Amino acid sequence: MSQKTFAIALMDPPDEAENLTTAFRILDVMARRGHNINVFAYEGASGLAFARQAPHPNPVHGKNVAEENHPTTKDQVTALVALAAKNGGKVDWVNCGMCVDERGVGEFVADTRRGSPADFHSFCEASDNVLTIPTK
Amino acid sequence: MAEYLLIESRDPFESNDVGYYYELARGLVDAGNHVTLFLVQNAVLAARPSAQAPQLRALVGTGIKILAEDFALKERGITKLRDGVQIAPIEIVVDHLEAGHKTLWH
Repeated sequence: MSQKTFAIALMDPPDEAENLTTAFRILDVMARRGHNINVFAYEGASGLAFARQAPHPNPVHGKNVAEENHPTTKDQVTALVALAAKNGGKVDWVNCGMCVDERGVGEFVADTRRGSPADFHSFCEASDNVLTIPTK
Repeated sequence: MAEYLLIESRDPFESNDVGYYYELARGLVDAGNHVTLFLVQNAVLAARPSAQAPQLRALVGTGIKILAEDFALKERGITKLRDGVQIAPIEIVVDHLEAGHKTLWH
């Protein structure tokens, strides 16, 4: 399969919706296949790449931070970017600017950027296919 | 004639909208399109043989390819599926996107 470019819109916030687990699994497949992935993260999803997310212990279960091994979406975004690059693809991850400002999550992990719905429009025009995963 | 992948993520026992999505699948196939309905997350609950899901059962044999995601089935301990539903991995979503099929999420 030749390299493709996909536009993906995500809407759900971190740590709440199973939609995101499925979305990241789809993105993982795309990255493993070396495709270019253009993500527009809006509404709650604008917090996925928020750099100040921190893993935490689970005192109820008697686990420290390492034992709990709590996944953060910022680390998943970083891993996705690295996986795509390793396989010859590229991730352009755009965090909706107004959504970010509303939530105070304007500090992003590396290789993601601030943008607007206009970026999603551009992504759609430049992509071979589009998948929008709205919130429920 | 177009190719469609309709991804259903919702539990039909929780959301009445699921029935409308099934109807969309039926309408698209009746109009001459190729349609795959891919059940993920809680949508796979309707694929159990014992589930009271007449709207899904009505799609069997209509020409719609009905798939249930393996990961979602394992998470929920579902090992048996109703007739007409096949197990598939998440990779099929990217297969359809690569092929240029119209892919919708509900």
